Amino acid sequence: MNSPSTGRRRILRGALAAAGTMLLSACDKLSHNESFVNFLKSAQHLSRSAHKAVSARKAMAQEFTEADIAPHFRSNGTLMPRDEHYRDLVRGMFMDYKLKIDGLVETPAAFSLAELRAMPSRTQITRHDCVEGWSAIGKWKGVPLAHLLAQVKPLPSAKYVVFRCADSMDSGSSDSTYYESVDLDDAYHPQTILAYDLNDAALPMSNGAPLRARIERQLGYKHAKYVMRIELVDSFDKIRGGNGGYWEDLGYEWYAGI
Amino acid sequence: MDTTESTPVVMSGLTIFNARPNLYWGKDSSFGHPWLAITAVNGSNGAVGVTRIAGYEFNTHGVLGVSKVGDSNAYTVRAFPSWATIPGPQWLSMGRHWHFFFAWLFVINGLAYLLYLLFSGHLKRDLLPTRDEWRHIGASIKEHLLFRHPTGEAAKRYNVLQNIAYLVVIFGLLPLVILGGMAMSPSLDATVTGWVDWLGGRQSARTLHFLAAFGLLLFVLIHVFEVIVSGAWNHLRSMITGYYVVPADKKETAT
Repeated sequence: MNSPSTGRRRILRGALAAAGTMLLSACDKLSHNESFVNFLKSAQHLSRSAHKAVSARKAMAQEFTEADIAPHFRSNGTLMPRDEHYRDLVRGMFMDYKLKIDGLVETPAAFSLAELRAMPSRTQITRHDCVEGWSAIGKWKGVPLAHLLAQVKPLPSAKYVVFRCADSMDSGSSDSTYYESVDLDDAYHPQTILAYDLNDAALPMSNGAPLRARIERQLGYKHAKYVMRIELVDSFDKIRGGNGGYWEDLGYEWYAGI
Repeated sequence: MDTTESTPVVMSGLTIFNARPNLYWGKDSSFGHPWLAITAVNGSNGAVGVTRIAGYEFNTHGVLGVSKVGDSNAYTVRAFPSWATIPGPQWLSMGRHWHFFFAWLFVINGLAYLLYLLFSGHLKRDLLPTRDEWRHIGASIKEHLLFRHPTGEAAKRYNVLQNIAYLVVIFGLLPLVILGGMAMSPSLDATVTGWVDWLGGRQSARTLHFLAAFGLLLFVLIHVFEVIVSGAWNHLRSMITGYYVVPADKKETAT
């Protein structure tokens, strides 16, 4: 039986479903339209400005107690860099490791792990928030980036700090080593440290041995692991994709405070 | 609120959820013990989509856990299906761009509405139930369940159940979905150090954000349903033109 009303209903239902499908495929098409995506991405500037407006420059990320520490600190991204020069460093127990700091600075410098450990340190129990949505609490000890910057004296033109890492993300021949960057507000933040210890032991390889950045007011991908070199720059234009980080070049926001 | 911006917010939110299709309670993720997990298990014919809620497992194959993407016939492991997410394919960074852009519109629109509500007198005049309405709430529930819709003078006012639903949405779910979203921002968490604990910690905030969003979705679906069963054409016309045909009282027509 097919009364006029069920027929009409079927047409209506079909039309609704078709309209829905069309809208969805339109959204997918828009996601591949560069100017539309740039328009959507402009929201990150609004978010960053709003966050800077409501937060003090030195607003502190929450710190936790020993009881809150996760029994196993989850690792993500690279767990074991395959790069030969990194494997050599591992074989030498990082005795040959040197953190280089250069770019727009008065006195470029390089520090061994022993030298970094002898510097003033900060210990903090903080929550690591991954862009995927999970969180883990760990205890980090390291040297404040502000202390390192004071050693090399950034030039007035320096606007960003770029972390260059040891781990290649892709297997191809072109340079795909991980990198990240932050502005000077985050660079000089008291909780921004280059950590060499996690939960009272030397940083494990899967968490970025021998040195990883902690940028406590931003998501996990900003916390570069396996940091080999710190470079001060005035723009990202000449660095790889020009977006200030490995994931940023693949479309993620440079401002990861949200 | 306006469905034109809440639809992309919800659908891109599901893309973000899909990146970690588990929900936890507390400050961080107790990886072994999510209270909600939308996942896949091995079956004899490949992956089977399941949803686990507080230890109970439900087969949700075809929709949640494992579903077909777009027009393809192959089953793919993903929490929410592609017809419910923006963008359709699992693409976290793009989902985030959509989500945060429309979240800003959603918040700005919401604040404007709240200001209007407070200063226009709409809140007191139409939304807060009168003492008389509270007294007859039992009768209202009964009439509602029987789909007896108000006629005459009563049709011009929101009824008490509508009032309660609107107030829960405006002062409960909407603030909760926004606060829960803000609590997930590591930067906003640092604005007033530790405020995220008011919501039970960041992972609890993620749970509340998700539940409040589903509460709002449910409200919209019920609302649309009610509009249709109580005379869709009349309601739509009144929203656009301001004229609403008041259904005549039954006893008048009975004579």
